[in-house]
Amino acid sequence: MKLLNQSPKLWACLLSLVLSQSLMSAEVLKVGVVSPITGATATFGQENVNGIKLAYEKLKKAGGKKFELVIEDDKSDAIESTNATRKLINIDKISAMIGEPTSSLALASAPIVQEAKIPFITPTATNIKVTQVGDYISRACFTDDFQGVVMAKFAVNTLKKKKGLILIENTSDYSKGLAKSFSDEFLKLGGKLASTEELTYVAKDTDFQSLLRKVKRANPEFIFVPGYYVEVGLIIKQARALGITAPFMGGDGWDSPKLFEIAGAAVKGSYISNHFAPDDKDPIVQNFVKEYTKIYGVKPGGFAALGYDSVGIMNAAIQKAKSNKSSDINAELVKTKNYQGVTGLITFDKDRNPKKAAVVLEAMETGFVFHTKVNP
Amino acid sequence: MGQNVAFFLWDCLQYLINGISQGSLYALVALGYTMVYGIIRLVNFAHGEFLMIGAMCGYYALQAHLPMPVAILVAMLSAGLLAVVVERLVYRPIRKSGRIPALITAIGTSLFFQYFGQLTFGADPKTIPPFITEKIYNFGEVNVSNVQLAIFVITMLVLAFLWWLTHFTKIGKAMRATSYNLQAAELMGINTNKIISFTFFLGAALAGLGGMLMGYTMSVEPMMGMNLGIKAFVAAVVGGIGVIPGAALGGFIIGIAENLVAGLYKSSFRDGVSFFILILILLIKPSGLLGKNTKEKV
Amino acid sequence: MDYYLQILLIAGIFITLTLSLNLINGFCGQFSLGHAGFWGVGAYASAVYSVYYALPLPAAINMMIAIIVGFIAAALSGILIGVPCLRLKGDYLAIATLGFGEILRIIITNTEKIGGPRGFINIPHWANIIWVYAIAAVAVVFMINLKRSSFGRAIISIREDEIASENMGVNLFKYKLFSFTIGAGIAGIAGALFAHTQQFLHPSNFNFMWSVIILVMVILGGQGSVTGSVVGAIVLTIVPELLRFAGGNIAAWRMTIFPVLLILLMLARPQGIFGPHELGGSKLRSKA
Repeated sequence: MKLLNQSPKLWACLLSLVLSQSLMSAEVLKVGVVSPITGATATFGQENVNGIKLAYEKLKKAGGKKFELVIEDDKSDAIESTNATRKLINIDKISAMIGEPTSSLALASAPIVQEAKIPFITPTATNIKVTQVGDYISRACFTDDFQGVVMAKFAVNTLKKKKGLILIENTSDYSKGLAKSFSDEFLKLGGKLASTEELTYVAKDTDFQSLLRKVKRANPEFIFVPGYYVEVGLIIKQARALGITAPFMGGDGWDSPKLFEIAGAAVKGSYISNHFAPDDKDPIVQNFVKEYTKIYGVKPGGFAALGYDSVGIMNAAIQKAKSNKSSDINAELVKTKNYQGVTGLITFDKDRNPKKAAVVLEAMETGFVFHTKVNP
Repeated sequence: MGQNVAFFLWDCLQYLINGISQGSLYALVALGYTMVYGIIRLVNFAHGEFLMIGAMCGYYALQAHLPMPVAILVAMLSAGLLAVVVERLVYRPIRKSGRIPALITAIGTSLFFQYFGQLTFGADPKTIPPFITEKIYNFGEVNVSNVQLAIFVITMLVLAFLWWLTHFTKIGKAMRATSYNLQAAELMGINTNKIISFTFFLGAALAGLGGMLMGYTMSVEPMMGMNLGIKAFVAAVVGGIGVIPGAALGGFIIGIAENLVAGLYKSSFRDGVSFFILILILLIKPSGLLGKNTKEKV
Repeated sequence: MDYYLQILLIAGIFITLTLSLNLINGFCGQFSLGHAGFWGVGAYASAVYSVYYALPLPAAINMMIAIIVGFIAAALSGILIGVPCLRLKGDYLAIATLGFGEILRIIITNTEKIGGPRGFINIPHWANIIWVYAIAAVAVVFMINLKRSSFGRAIISIREDEIASENMGVNLFKYKLFSFTIGAGIAGIAGALFAHTQQFLHPSNFNFMWSVIILVMVILGGQGSVTGSVVGAIVLTIVPELLRFAGGNIAAWRMTIFPVLLILLMLARPQGIFGPHELGGSKLRSKA
């Protein structure tokens, strides 16, 4: 029973630690961040936090009202995510929050912030349901529906291809939603699907030969894969090895330099819709890319760019707000208009979804280059 | 209709080939599970993490412009040494406390390395190029790559090596003796602690090798060990845990079944099928396909 | 203080869950690694009732129905899994239950109507912390009484020595299946509470890792000890959260510190904090 006898002291010690921390938290305006730094979706979360930190460090040097950033990890887990959110609200007394980057966990924490009336902006949760939770929830990215429409129009009007095929990641709502909005628009524009069978795969699959055999027989003019870059990279690599030559198309889930590491030159000739183009000549973008690369040693992807912009948008609202009260910050946040971020000119509509342009990027041998800009 | 039937048969053949290649990798990982279980009756949940750390070290060796064979050696050695250290520091003290504490410790070790990996290496997947330049041969509707063939051959060589090791060398005989009865082996003058360390080293080194070969299809990331470890473990149990040829057989069965299900039905059920087979086998023959039935002593 | 309430609430749900696994693992000695699957079945089944089939009744009565639905669904899946699997022993049973737990989760992930991989949203807020602790208290009383009853003693005898207890006339299969089914059912109740307090379910909450965490709670407290389960559940819910407050490097590395603490505890006290004992030193058996 040795452990037991010691434990009251241990608890008292830890509790006093907790109390002293919460007592110190007077007066400073705080902005909370919850992101998956460990766990299954950590690869997105870590990049997202990098972008957030970069923006914060930059703002610290600028003038105006100051705020402090409190970052919590949620282990890519729904319970941890809601715990972390509540901790930020009750213990750290945050006034605003940069929310979860993935849609499913953003859906888990959004009701809590809505109830606490804390302004919440998610960098990259593209699922339409997220901002429907309430008037304190907004986002920095466009929604899946918009992206699907952009790519369908691009396939039919620009590439002039009318016989397509869609590969869906069956375990991801993002992939399903994007596939649906794409196929709706594509069929409306007179396109045809090359196969009636629904072709699906799951996250963490590594062998797509069986799927690709069906693709080869359907012989489509292009293949739309609304998935994430790890699986997409393998799909493209294995497709080319099988002799499938049709171009691939996808969404922002492809956006990572890792795609080219995985698939190599096979990606060349593919097209994706994205939030921003790293080779955009705009000095804002170029500055961001330069600073990010200097600190983290890799080029930023969409998760970093949108994390960066989320802090910027929130900061603009904080500066404009007439007090540090959450309701005042939110009143300014929902009015966001013509905010110039690295992902474009951002204006919120009445549902707090940004109206902004998407870019279509074309894959070269080592990276994506800007192709066209599509306005909403 | 005729064409569809032909396509179906070609498909089955292709999935069979893919399954054998993937199964070879499961087998390599399952061997480590089986050897460790055979010798100390511990389900080593951290085995997949040894693989991950090995593959990570191999990846960094490649980044440092070392040639592929050296990188593979680095991966095997680092995985093996890590396993020896973990065994010495964690598993050995807990061994006498019973199976459940040992199991919890193994799970704790596994969790530690997963999160450690995410925080040090970063969570982004890293790619290892195939260890030989890939060439694809076509036979009618079926494709076979030289990498697939090489993976199969390497696994067979490893199996032959293990068979030789356990049957014709002194240390191999000592391993079998220890696995048969640890205390009796100790009484016969075998340094069982040394044998256990060696088994851990060997099993983890094979996992490291498997990790490097996987560069062909997979990327290396800190959470990879979890899923792969469970699959390999399932393979080991299906074949008969503790039995070396069983691990190989189990690996092939799981690999083939997964490819058939993913190809002919839906890939969402790929993971489900391995568990389904596992339960089926456990119900029909609880000690696994090649396992020996043990009678309970009163 | 919402945050503290949330932690308390999660701890309360885990008390019930840990007790339910303790019945299977600690009392009966059957090693299950798929317990989160039953928790998930209960949570999803009760949520399906409240979202799609809820009757126009007061919330409290509806919550009772949801709990009963959760219990029945989880208990049925417990029977379904228990009948074929309970013939297995030790590690093999653990692996088989692990497999079933994962299969249950894969089915949930592939069912669109309950949200699939996105998660199940819009579950009504019927339960609160009072519900959670009332149920936990009922579970504690049930377990203590079971432990003292002849029925419970029969179950415990299976853990101590199957062959001996069979010779004493204990119907092994019947008692094993009973503890497995009731354990699963209670986990289902915890699931119903979880669904109606969190209002959001995600398949990732019911994967293998959570089965392990529940098992660790049982082991940490001490197998077969009711007090131990309560303490284990509370400690393991609070420690990862406390590490958030440690600041700086410790908070950043909390996910690696947690397993290290776990290993150290296992090395220092493999039988758990309480071993098989209860608070106040009462124990049911001398050293086996």
